[in-house]
Amino acid sequence: MQASQHAAPAGHHEDASHGHGPTGLMRWITTTNHKDIGTMYLWFSFAMFLVGGAMSLVIRAELMSPGLQYVAPEFYNQMLTLHALIMVFGAIMPAFVGFANWMIPMMIGAPDMAFARMNNWSFWLLPPAAILLTTSLFVPGGAAGTGWTLYPPLSIQMGIGMDMAIFAVHILGMSSIMGSINIVTTILNMRTPGMTLMKMPLFCWTWLVTAFLLIASMPILAGAVTMLLTDRHFGTSFFNAAGGGDPVLFQHIFWFFGHPEVYIIALPAFGVVSHVIPAFSRKHLFGYTSMVYAIAAIGLISFFVWAHHMYVTGIPLTGQLYFMYATMLIAIPTGVKVFNWVTTMWRGSLSFETPMLFALGFLVLFTIGGLTGLVLAMTAVDIQLQDTYYVVAHFHYVMVAGALFSAYAGLYYWLPKWTGHMYNESLGKLHFWLSMIFFNIAFFPQHFLGLAGMPRRIPDYAQQFADFNLISSLGSFGFGFSQLLVLVVVFKAMKGGAKAEARPWDGARGLEWTVPSPAPHHTFEEPPPFDPAEAHG
Amino acid sequence: MARNSNNDRDVSRLRRGLAGLLMAGVLGVLSGSAGAAWQISLQEPVTALAKRVYDLHTLLTWVIGVIFFGVFAVVAYSLVFHRKSKGHKAADFHDNTTVEIAWTIVPTLILIAIAIPATSTLVQMRDTSQPDLTIKATGYQWKWGYEYVTGDAAGVKYMSVLATPRDQIENKSPKGEHYLLEVDHPLVVPVGKKVRMLLTASDVIHNWSVPAFAVKADAVPGFLRDTWFRAEKEGTYRGQCSELCGKDHGFMPVVVEVVSAEKYAAWAADQKKAMAAAADDPAKVWKLDELAARGEKVYAANCAACHQPTGQGLPPAFPALDGSKIVKGPKEGHLALVMKGKPGTAMAAFGAQLSDTDIAAVVTYERNAWNNKLGEVIQPAEVKALRGK
Repeated sequence: MQASQHAAPAGHHEDASHGHGPTGLMRWITTTNHKDIGTMYLWFSFAMFLVGGAMSLVIRAELMSPGLQYVAPEFYNQMLTLHALIMVFGAIMPAFVGFANWMIPMMIGAPDMAFARMNNWSFWLLPPAAILLTTSLFVPGGAAGTGWTLYPPLSIQMGIGMDMAIFAVHILGMSSIMGSINIVTTILNMRTPGMTLMKMPLFCWTWLVTAFLLIASMPILAGAVTMLLTDRHFGTSFFNAAGGGDPVLFQHIFWFFGHPEVYIIALPAFGVVSHVIPAFSRKHLFGYTSMVYAIAAIGLISFFVWAHHMYVTGIPLTGQLYFMYATMLIAIPTGVKVFNWVTTMWRGSLSFETPMLFALGFLVLFTIGGLTGLVLAMTAVDIQLQDTYYVVAHFHYVMVAGALFSAYAGLYYWLPKWTGHMYNESLGKLHFWLSMIFFNIAFFPQHFLGLAGMPRRIPDYAQQFADFNLISSLGSFGFGFSQLLVLVVVFKAMKGGAKAEARPWDGARGLEWTVPSPAPHHTFEEPPPFDPAEAHG
Repeated sequence: MARNSNNDRDVSRLRRGLAGLLMAGVLGVLSGSAGAAWQISLQEPVTALAKRVYDLHTLLTWVIGVIFFGVFAVVAYSLVFHRKSKGHKAADFHDNTTVEIAWTIVPTLILIAIAIPATSTLVQMRDTSQPDLTIKATGYQWKWGYEYVTGDAAGVKYMSVLATPRDQIENKSPKGEHYLLEVDHPLVVPVGKKVRMLLTASDVIHNWSVPAFAVKADAVPGFLRDTWFRAEKEGTYRGQCSELCGKDHGFMPVVVEVVSAEKYAAWAADQKKAMAAAADDPAKVWKLDELAARGEKVYAANCAACHQPTGQGLPPAFPALDGSKIVKGPKEGHLALVMKGKPGTAMAAFGAQLSDTDIAAVVTYERNAWNNKLGEVIQPAEVKALRGK
C-alpha cells in the first residue's frame, strides 16, 4: 500500500519525517519500512523479555528456599515452560531479527528489505503468537507444563494450553521462515556494486547462514508439533508405543530443529560482536576469511549433533560415540572465532565504552559456556550432568551471556545511529556492571548444584542444595531488576542527549556510518559507491 | 573445582575494582559458614565406573580451566597494555596463516586426547552383559515400581513412594535430614554384585538416576532400556527422577540400599514371606468398614497426589471425586475408569498396578468417603470379573 510512495524520486531520502502516509497507530500497522519494522521487532522482543523475565523471577522466588512457598508444582512447570518458549521465540530471536531489519540494508547499501510487505507480515504474526502463549495461562488446565521441549507423552496429557502453544509455534515458525527468505534474498541480490560476498560485513554473513538454518529447521519443528497435535486429537500414534509409535521419535525430530536453533540464536550474536570488537580496538577484524568459514562450518555441523541432547534416552553406543565426536568437532570452529576476536584486540588501541564492555562480557561468559559445553559433550560425563542444574548454568551462559549481552552490545553500538543522540555512558556502564556481576551470582553457583546432583525443573529440593539456591535467587533478582535500566537509557537517548555524529565511534567501519544520525527514513535509494576502506576484513 | 570459582573471579578482574570486590565479598561472606552443603563437585563415587566418570570430569575441568586462563591471560594483557587511554596505537594486521592453522590443529589434538578416555569410559558404561542380578524398575506418575527378575529375591515386587510428610513440604513442620530424598520401600541390592536395571514406564517418560553410581537412564513407556551398576560400599544412596514427568516430578526420589550378601538374602526371604502372607483370599467377602479402611490407605498412596486427601482434586486438570458424577454413578463406570485410566490425561490405568482387593477397596472408599455416602461395598470378585473385559 505504501510501495508506490517508497518509489519516490531521488533527493527525497533526506526527508526524515516521511510526512505522507498514515500516521499514529496505522503508520506502524501498515509500514513496510525496514527501520520501522526493525524498531517494532526490538520493542516487541524487549516486552517479551520482561514477560519471560518476570516468569523466571517466579521460578527463582519459589527456589529461594526448600519447601513449597509461593506456587503449586503444576504452575511452576507452566512458568518454566513459558519462560523458555517466550525467551527463545519471543525475546532473543526477534531481537536479532530486529537488528537484521535495521542494519542489513544499511550495511549492504540497499534501500530496504527485498520483500517489504512480507516483512510487515512477518512482524505482525508475532503479537498473535505472543498472545496465544501468554493467555494459555488462563485457560482451564493452564499453560503447557512440559518444558519448552514439549516431550510426549507428557504433552499429550496437557490441556488446551498445549494446543495454544502448538499454534503459537506454528505462527512463529511462519514468521521466521518469511523473515529468513527476506534476509537471504536481500543479502544475495541487493548488495551495492563492488561489495562481493567476501567483502560483506560479518553481521550479514552470520545472518545469511542463520537464515538458511531457520529455513531448514523451522519446518521440522512445525512437523513435530503437528504430529503432537494429531496424536492429541485425531487418534494418530506417532509418539505412542501402544499404537506402534515411539516417544523418543519426537525427541529426535525436536532436537533436529533444536540444535540448529541454538546456533540460530548464537550466530547473529557472533556477528554483532564481530563489529563491536574491531570498532573499539580500532583495528580490522582478524581473520575475516576464517571467520566466514567458521560460521559456515558451525551452521553445517549444527545439523549433525542433535542427539547429544539425548544421551540418556537409550540410543545405541555407536550413536553415542558418533554424536560425541561430532559435538566435539564444533569446538574447533568456535575456538577459531574466539581466537580471532582475541587477536583482533591484540595490539589494538582499546577503549571501553558500553558496547565494548558488553562485547567483552560476551567473550568471557560465552567462552565459559562453550567450555562447559565441551564437558557436556563427553557422553559419560553428560550422563552424570544431564537434566541437572549444570546444564541450566551452561545454556544460560551461552544464551544470556552470549545472545543477550551481544544484543546489548549491538543496542548501545547502533543506538546513536537510530536515535541521533548519544546514550548516557555512565548509565550504560552501570547497566553492564550490574548485569555482569548479578549474572554470575545467579548462574555460576548453578554449576555446583548440578554437579552435586540437583535435577532441573523441580519446584522443591533437598536441603543440601539450599545455600547455592539462595545465592542464585538473589543474583537473579538483581539481574532482573538491573535490566530495567535499559529502558531508562533508551528513553533518554530517544528524548535528547548529545547529538550523535554520522560516525560516533572513531573505529567503526561500514556503510551504515556513512549516513547521518539519526538515519533518515529512507537510505541508499541509489546504491552507494563501495569504498574498500569500509570493508570489514 | 576451586578453579571454577577462580574463573569467576577472573571474569571480574577484567576491570579491577567494584566487580571483583563485590563478587569476592558475596562469596567470601557466604563461604564463611562452609559445610557439606557447599559441595562443588560430583558426588563421591561408590562404583568403579562412577570413579572413572569422576576422574574424567576432573580431567576435563583442568583442561577447560587451563584453556580459559590461557586465552584470557592474552585478553587481560591486551586490556591492560593496549589501551587507547595509555596512548597505544593500533597495529595494522588482520591475517596470519601460520597462527590460524596452529589454532585449528592444537585444539584438534587436545580434543583427540580427551576423546580417548571419554570413549573407553562410555564403552564400559554401556556393557550390561553378564549381570549377577536383574531388577526391573517401572516409572509411574509419581513413584517407582521395582520387580526383582533374577536372584534370591526373584518375584519380589513393590512400589517405592516418597516418604517425606506433606507437612514438611508445606513448611508446617521442620524438614528432616533426607527431605525429599526418602522413600517408604527403597531398592535393596547386594554389595559388589553387578546389578542390571531394566527400565520402563507406564505413563510418561521418567528417568532413574543415582549420581553416586553414575547411573542415569530414561524409562520410556512401551520400551525397555537397561543400565547397570556394581556398588562397592554398603550404604544408602539417593537420586531423583531426572526427566520432567508432570506435577510431582520433584517428588519421586530413587533410594538404593546396598547391603551385605547375607543381609540381602535375609531381606529377600522376608519379602517373599511377607508377600505370601499379604496375598488376599480372592473369594473373601469384605464388610464396608474394613474394606473402606484399607481403601483409604490405597487412596493415600495412589490417588491423593492428584485428587487430594480431601477428594476436592485440583480442577480442572485433576477433578474432584467428592460429589463426582462418575463416583456417584454406576459402579461399573467407576471401576472401568480406575482400571483402564483415561487416555490423554494423567489418569493412569491402575488395573495392572493394583490387586483386585486393592481396587475393590479404593473404589469402595471413594464411594463412601466425604459426601459420597453411597453405602455400597465392591467385592474383589466383582473386580476380577471385570478384568479382561
